[in-house]
Amino acid sequence: MDLNLLWFGLLGILLTGYAILDGFDLGVGILHLSVKDDTERRILMNSIGPLWDGNEVWLVTFGGALFAAFPHAYATAFSGFYLPFMLLLFALIFRAVSMEFRSKRPSPAWRRFWDGAFFAASTLATFLFGVAVGNSMQGMPIGADREFAGTIFDLLRPYPLLVGVFAVATFAMHGSIYLYLKTEGELQQRVHGWMWRTFGIFLVFYMFVTVVTLATQPSAIRNFAELPWAWGVVFLSILAIANIPRAIYQNRPFYAFVSSSCTIAALVFLFGVALFPNLIVSSLDPAWSLTIYNAASSPKTLGIMAIIAAIGMPFVAAYTGVIYWVFRGKVKLGSFSY
Amino acid sequence: MPLDVVLLARLQFALTVMFHYLFPPLTIGLGVLMVAMEWRFLRTRDPLYESMARFWTKIFAVNFALGVASGIVMEFQFGTNWATYSRYVGDVFGSALAAEGIFAFFLESGFLAVVVFGWDRVSPRMHFFATVMVALGSMFSAIWIVVANSWQQTPAGFHIVGEGLDARAEITDFWAMVFNPSSMHRLTHVLIGAFILGAFFVMSVSAYYLLRGRHEEFARRSFRFALVLGLLASLAAPISGHFQADTVARTQPAKLAAFEGHFASGPADLYLFGLPDVDEKRVKVGLAIPGGLSLLVHGRFDAPVPGLDAFPREDWPPVGLSFQTYHLMVALGLFFLAATGYAAWRLWRGTLWRARWLLWTFVFAVGGAFAANQLGWVAAEVGRQPWVVYGLLRTSDGISKAVQASQVATSIVMFLVIYALLFAVWVYVLNDKIQHGPELAAPRGAAATPRGLLEAAGSLAAHGEASLTATERRS
Repeated sequence: MDLNLLWFGLLGILLTGYAILDGFDLGVGILHLSVKDDTERRILMNSIGPLWDGNEVWLVTFGGALFAAFPHAYATAFSGFYLPFMLLLFALIFRAVSMEFRSKRPSPAWRRFWDGAFFAASTLATFLFGVAVGNSMQGMPIGADREFAGTIFDLLRPYPLLVGVFAVATFAMHGSIYLYLKTEGELQQRVHGWMWRTFGIFLVFYMFVTVVTLATQPSAIRNFAELPWAWGVVFLSILAIANIPRAIYQNRPFYAFVSSSCTIAALVFLFGVALFPNLIVSSLDPAWSLTIYNAASSPKTLGIMAIIAAIGMPFVAAYTGVIYWVFRGKVKLGSFSY
Repeated sequence: MPLDVVLLARLQFALTVMFHYLFPPLTIGLGVLMVAMEWRFLRTRDPLYESMARFWTKIFAVNFALGVASGIVMEFQFGTNWATYSRYVGDVFGSALAAEGIFAFFLESGFLAVVVFGWDRVSPRMHFFATVMVALGSMFSAIWIVVANSWQQTPAGFHIVGEGLDARAEITDFWAMVFNPSSMHRLTHVLIGAFILGAFFVMSVSAYYLLRGRHEEFARRSFRFALVLGLLASLAAPISGHFQADTVARTQPAKLAAFEGHFASGPADLYLFGLPDVDEKRVKVGLAIPGGLSLLVHGRFDAPVPGLDAFPREDWPPVGLSFQTYHLMVALGLFFLAATGYAAWRLWRGTLWRARWLLWTFVFAVGGAFAANQLGWVAAEVGRQPWVVYGLLRTSDGISKAVQASQVATSIVMFLVIYALLFAVWVYVLNDKIQHGPELAAPRGAAATPRGLLEAAGSLAAHGEASLTATERRS
């Protein structure tokens, strides 16, 4: 068994878990200002209240696993993306804090401030994730010493910015479907309209990003020659996307949510296939790219971590299942609510 | 010294880690007390215990959220500011961090949702189980992070591969890395520090209620729980501190010499306080037990201990800061022992609740507990300098090559602003919760019984307006 490949796959699973789970709660944040009054905003926040923290742990664990398995990729990406990562940190901090503190005081000004912070932080974090994915696809100026040799403007090129906007559209759609599951009554009727609108926006961006990617990013399907079954994933993802409006139309929101989760999983998978075997592509010289082999920890460490993951991941899956089961059903505001 | 990128990166690390470390020890300590209170509730079904568990859980949740938010910064910062260090230690450090993520973070954040939001959704037994898991999770987290940090102090179970720029530590023996010479002593001391902080926090709030004549039975019971933990932890702290100092003497003699301002090799004194002067290589205006350090380390007053003169000048840690932070921590530890010991004696005599000055002392003593936790870490980390990995990698060599001083300076300013805001909000929300006080919980499923109704009415009357608006807020 190739441990480097295994860890590339496990990082993919962690990233997929993060994108699906935090995806819907970031999406709820993006939609947060679209509801009418204070009670509805509390319902939105409480729909993700018990879950966002656990969802964010997938990102933390992804970061830890990247550090452990591919320290060079971790070091290069985090120091190279210095300012965007700092912005991301501020966005994540503000998001956590605005949820925690918003409903602590009845003052409308206080709540408006934290509502704005929650929306802005959720949107910015999602956008920055997209920008990071876009930059990884396009490659970055990485020198022979494995260090980032560019400036912030090398990271803000049109393609990564486009992927950033696409990420916001995707999570907004994912979040609106989640909200439909969690709300009821008149609010749910309005969320029904959001699902259609966000799906429409998502679809437009999906097609646009696909065309731009195929036209400008030759690496995107470079590996497909060796992995013909990857076409199957493309086909399944199209089915999943097509199933979203079908499920909304048939009023089966749970299937719509599963479909949008599958869509996100497929996008992460295609991103991984486009990168493989690179982790960070050097736009200066392909030989300087950081791959899952030259950026990795020793086989011994990868092996120890594989054992840790084999022991730990079943527990993680079990808790995640238990928590979602305990908090199933519609949101009810109570004395423990945000 | 000019504001170079190394200094700025170190300042940023100090700022962010010290802010972060306000929260984890508090949640670890509170977690133990929550488990104890809820266990008592399960055994006695006395609703007051439930209202204690619920109240301290709310306080816990606020601190936990800030701990998570400020903790993500720590994990990212190794990569953003200390890329060379990350490349060097990734292979060794990585396993510990991965274990922390998989074993600890998922455990605590998952079950925390049940603990905070699940009172009415799960059975009391399941809720208790979740509380135990959260308390364990926060300790697991401490285990792995202290293991990783201890490896930087006393590296073990590794070998160096590559040379120059490409040199890095690779793991050879996982368990030797985990049980490196200092990890278990340091872990014990860190957990004891966390128990002390949790206990002093609960005693502070409880003493405040007692002095104000509010929630008195609730406050007395909470205080007793916390006093037991605080006394035991304060008794254990000097013992664990002694074993830890012993390890430092064997593994990091330059650090020990800096802690005690021991400049010239030979018999070493134990200072109660003092002002080390690096230029004159002696401690000014100090009070010391002659040969005290020799006695503690080797069991004889005249045993020689290596002084700072045994090390090249460029390998000295900053002496003044190491000395003062270490001594302040020790002094605070003795104060905790005296305060909890005396309070326990007064409790046994039945006169504790009348000693208003003692209760006032406890209201403010929590500041000392926060300080002692911070000071201990400052002493440990500053005393390790100039190394980031002791004897292997200098701090100045560990920074990110792709990052400029201006970028670090910008992010420090952003952190300062955001943390000042967070700090203000943290104090505000804690104060709000403390002023609002505990709710007397109606027994589960018994809300319709006369007793439940009476209690509910009583608590409503006691809180007046506050509880009416509180039902609107997340209380």
